[in-house]
Amino acid sequence: MPPAPQETATARLARLLTMVPWLVNRQGIDLEEAAADLGVSTEQLEADLQLLFLCGYGQMPDELIEADWEGGRVFVGNADSIARPLRLGVDETVTLIVGLRALREVPGLDERDAVDRALAKLEAAAGEAADPASRVLAEVADDTSADLLARARTALATRRRVHLRYLVPARDEATERDVDPMRVVGIDGRWYLEGWCHRAEDTRLFRLDRVEELSVLDVDGTPPPQAAERDLSEGTFRPAPDDLVVTLRLLPGATWVSDYYPVESLEEVPATEGGGQVVRIATADTAWLHRLLRRLGGRGYVTEPADVVAEVREGAAAALAGYPRRTAAGER
Amino acid sequence: MSSQSGGGAPSAAQVKTERLLNLVLVLLYARRPLAKAQIRRLVPQYGQSASTEAFERMFERDKDELRELGIPLVTEDIDAFHDDEPGYRIHQRDYALPDIAFEPDELAVLGLASRTWAQASLAGPAAQALRKLRAAGVERDTESLIGIEPRLRTAEPAFDAVKDAVVRRVPLTFTYRRPEAAEGAERRVQPWSLVSWHGRWYLNAWDLDREAPRVFRLSRISGTVRRAGRPGSFEVPADHEPRVMVDSMAGSATQSSPAMLRVRVGAGHALRLRARTVGEVDDEWSLVDLDYGDVWSFAEEVAGYGADVVVEQPPELVDAVVERLRGTLAAHGGGGS
Repeated sequence: MPPAPQETATARLARLLTMVPWLVNRQGIDLEEAAADLGVSTEQLEADLQLLFLCGYGQMPDELIEADWEGGRVFVGNADSIARPLRLGVDETVTLIVGLRALREVPGLDERDAVDRALAKLEAAAGEAADPASRVLAEVADDTSADLLARARTALATRRRVHLRYLVPARDEATERDVDPMRVVGIDGRWYLEGWCHRAEDTRLFRLDRVEELSVLDVDGTPPPQAAERDLSEGTFRPAPDDLVVTLRLLPGATWVSDYYPVESLEEVPATEGGGQVVRIATADTAWLHRLLRRLGGRGYVTEPADVVAEVREGAAAALAGYPRRTAAGER
Repeated sequence: MSSQSGGGAPSAAQVKTERLLNLVLVLLYARRPLAKAQIRRLVPQYGQSASTEAFERMFERDKDELRELGIPLVTEDIDAFHDDEPGYRIHQRDYALPDIAFEPDELAVLGLASRTWAQASLAGPAAQALRKLRAAGVERDTESLIGIEPRLRTAEPAFDAVKDAVVRRVPLTFTYRRPEAAEGAERRVQPWSLVSWHGRWYLNAWDLDREAPRVFRLSRISGTVRRAGRPGSFEVPADHEPRVMVDSMAGSATQSSPAMLRVRVGAGHALRLRARTVGEVDDEWSLVDLDYGDVWSFAEEVAGYGADVVVEQPPELVDAVVERLRGTLAAHGGGGS
């Protein structure tokens, strides 16, 4: 993650104009609680209050904003003209409307009625600012059965353990596991159940479209204290420190690979040398890599390490042996 | 990150924030439009500027920046006798968010909608919007009861620039790399809409050089996205349907054809899940009968299974799979072709 850039004066102003009405309606709120809810540090909030204290519609004492946070309780007064928030801006309107519309499409959502009511009120309040929102459309995730999603949510709400029959396509395995659900997340176009897996004795993300069976057990499903939610800001794939690093040459038709899989490094190859990319990918097991390379059919290949090159070659030869007439006798 | 709260000289950014906030307060409080000279007297940070010219330049910039934030700063005649000098003010009715009363369940879904962007470049505006709507309300955390966490990501570097252009209807130029091409090509477009589909962002646009509608995947835009016109300089067709366009051009629904596969016992689970029938041949093999769409993409999937899946029918699928496997073998130094 790059460091957070310095906040500009206008960004800070926008934040202050939202903060004032929020505080005016919560007189006497605890300083730390306010900072946490406003998403800033306590020091930042104190600096903001200090700044408010210096501002007013004039410079006479009774014209200045009152800001008091002695004793750890925040009071803001004499700020009538900015006691209501500024209208929603374009990006603000877009995020909420697009988010609500995406929520509306979640299969089997009981709160759809609340979503529709919130949308109607928001669109009415936003007026013309709602128009650009019609040009941004997001789908959280697709094609998961409403039934499966509903059962996962029920298990979560009632703190029940679930039993899964789960496919691991990378290894082409069907596995049976008991899982204590932690959350249901829709990300990168898929729904996942995150939970404590008693088989792996670790936190795992399960893609719901790979769940063959999900049954809610009559067993307490509170995850153990060491179960920690995974940070999904970089996607759902998580390389481990002891992963094998493989170098792949991707020809122009195969560069989608670096879109789909997180790469350790990426180098563009100039068109004079055939174009495409050279990427390095970290992986814990090479089964999915073999599968990927056979799919690519030569448009992408391993250059290092040499033993992986040999394994892929042998795997492809073994698969071709299933078609004896095409390979040996058929070609002369 | 934080400015200094006591002692020391305030930073330039801090002084500017104070100036802008004072300007907003003065213009909101005014009952009549204010002349520049009055504003200069009322906002202490302007009083400190060296000359009238310096003040006026600063005021012009500040005005633009406030308007950019969405603050409705207007220019009006001061009165009939001063019609050569404009006055400035901000009307409370245009400034303030209308009073909307949200029910607790509505606030809960709004919270969920806002947090959908928590890991995206729009996380800031999404959180700010929610805070505005909740400013007056006493919130309770009922979001978690809904039990789902939808998340949109905007990992594509071009996202912010393209989003701004779509929202404001600004023509764009960018370098676009098609999947089969070695080098990117320059494209000039009128951006119509932005769609997240199967976890990826797509731009629907009118391609000015090809004179036809085109769908662009944001991850294939390389380098800087440049504005090539003014906001609102084109209209989006009234009958444009963002999802339909992405569906029809990015995804291709094709007819399905039947295939017969020999699948090793204990393998090919995803194929078995989709099968019309599964017959046991012997201890080692099953016979799986299923339908597939595009021959090339299904051949990729089958080739992925390697020696665990062998195509029996149809011959065109056998050819496609064998071609993939031979390609893989040759690329890794095998075969004698």
